[in-house]
Amino acid sequence: MIEIQNIRYAIGDSLILDQVDAVIPKGEVTAIIGPNGAGKSTLLSLASRLIKPDAGAIRVDGHDVHHASTAEMAKLLSVLRQENHIASRLRVRDLVSFGRFPHNRGQTRPEDSEKIDEALDMMEMRPFENRYLDELSGGQRQRALVAMILSQDTDYILLDEPLNNLDLVHARNLMVILEKLKNVGKTPILVIHDINYAAKYATHILALKNGTTFANGPTLEIFQSETLSNLFDSHISIQTLDGQLIALHH
Amino acid sequence: MPGRRLLILFALLALSCVFYLTYGARGDIGFALQFRGPKLAALMITGAAIAVSTKLFQTVTGNRILTPAIMGFDSLYVLIEIALLFSLGGFGYAALGESTRFSFSLVLMIAACIALFGTLMRQTQRDLHRMILVGIIFGILFRSISGLLVRMIDPNEYAVLQSNLFANFNQMDLDLIGLSSLLIGVAIFAAWRMRNTLDTLELGREISINLGLDHDRLVLVVLGIVALLAAVSTALVGPIIFFGLIVTSLAHQIVPSFRHRDLLPGTILIACIVLVAGQSILERVFHLDTTLSVVIDLVGGLTFLVLILRGNIR
Repeated sequence: MIEIQNIRYAIGDSLILDQVDAVIPKGEVTAIIGPNGAGKSTLLSLASRLIKPDAGAIRVDGHDVHHASTAEMAKLLSVLRQENHIASRLRVRDLVSFGRFPHNRGQTRPEDSEKIDEALDMMEMRPFENRYLDELSGGQRQRALVAMILSQDTDYILLDEPLNNLDLVHARNLMVILEKLKNVGKTPILVIHDINYAAKYATHILALKNGTTFANGPTLEIFQSETLSNLFDSHISIQTLDGQLIALHH
Repeated sequence: MPGRRLLILFALLALSCVFYLTYGARGDIGFALQFRGPKLAALMITGAAIAVSTKLFQTVTGNRILTPAIMGFDSLYVLIEIALLFSLGGFGYAALGESTRFSFSLVLMIAACIALFGTLMRQTQRDLHRMILVGIIFGILFRSISGLLVRMIDPNEYAVLQSNLFANFNQMDLDLIGLSSLLIGVAIFAAWRMRNTLDTLELGREISINLGLDHDRLVLVVLGIVALLAAVSTALVGPIIFFGLIVTSLAHQIVPSFRHRDLLPGTILIACIVLVAGQSILERVFHLDTTLSVVIDLVGGLTFLVLILRGNIR
């Protein structure tokens, strides 16, 4: 369970997040949605200890992320951000093996290789494991990075717009993987713009608007035409097609 | 694979050393060694210091063209020395004694580097172009202040400092060699202990924090080590702007690895080979004294331009 308590974060005079309160349940796929500038990525940066809040706290399974040991937090919670500039000239497999760093401090053990293989297979990156990162397309790079996060093997997995750069097949595959991870007890949390993906795969929704919590609850509860229209200030109609929620926003 | 290449480099270095020690030595070889031995040692520890400081700096800044020397570390050390001379006067400066003065400058240097470059790196957050710009401005600023102070002091006092202002492999400050080797040894040992962490640190702030590193603190620690190494090498031979750049570029070409456990020894070996072989050839074969630093800066400057023009600098 991730408890977000009364978070406040400002850059200079502009308040990015204010009084954000939410509980993200364990063992569900949570989608963080909201219009541009709502503070979704900032919230993720806070949870991943890249920045510190001006007030409030974020607790993961009771550990305050900004006060607990960062080395221990890395075994509990992993984060993939949108932009990753990597200076080293790495092969895909090398990058993925870094996911084991919190567990082995850089000394690869046999059990680490298993986790690395598993992560590579899940992201269908095995055929590219010996390619250098700068020889990959944007989507393959993104998949390699997700594989690194998966090999980190943490209970909580935070992804900031992971579908960027992915074609629709790989986007869907990633969502299916997140669903599978949920089924083995992991807690994937992702910032996502395509609300139809959120409707299909997420079981819990945290909606942010203007830097504060707009709605937080099970997907079925949040996916109402009125709620979403208010969230985005634009007409969105929620329909059911073949037993599946569809948001019509065009 | 990297292991074999390191062995070849090691053999090359051994050859260069033998060449340096024995080539053209007539008569009693023991007599020649007495002169050449300490100089060889000084060349090697300087090479090692510049190699490691450059590699570490590139690791924490996440790029392959910026070096401590280009960012003005060396000029800052020169400025500190001059400022010390200026405020104490020639008498006080000399009265301090070489090693006290050296230690004092070192402490100042490390504090200044951490304060200055630590803040700078937090501000620019891996914005390479801004870093280059700021680095060049810092370099010019430090050199200009030094220039101003130099013009204001007594010419006799200036003579005390001269060896620090220009790179010179023929008049290395051999009195400092004991203390310098000790400091460089400790700094390199500290870097070696951190080798796995450094691999992870090079992935950038976001990823290294995700992987459980206390990134901001580690960067300051590494900057402290870089400052120490840069100060010691500047004290020994004076500032050579582009040497570190040549060495790390070569190392990345020759040692096919991203791991510091291969790259650190690789850069050290290459730096020592370039210095020892270069100095032997220039000094003994061509009898052109004092020009190694000029040759290095010429070649290094060209490398810098090529790296920038090729654009794939990361």
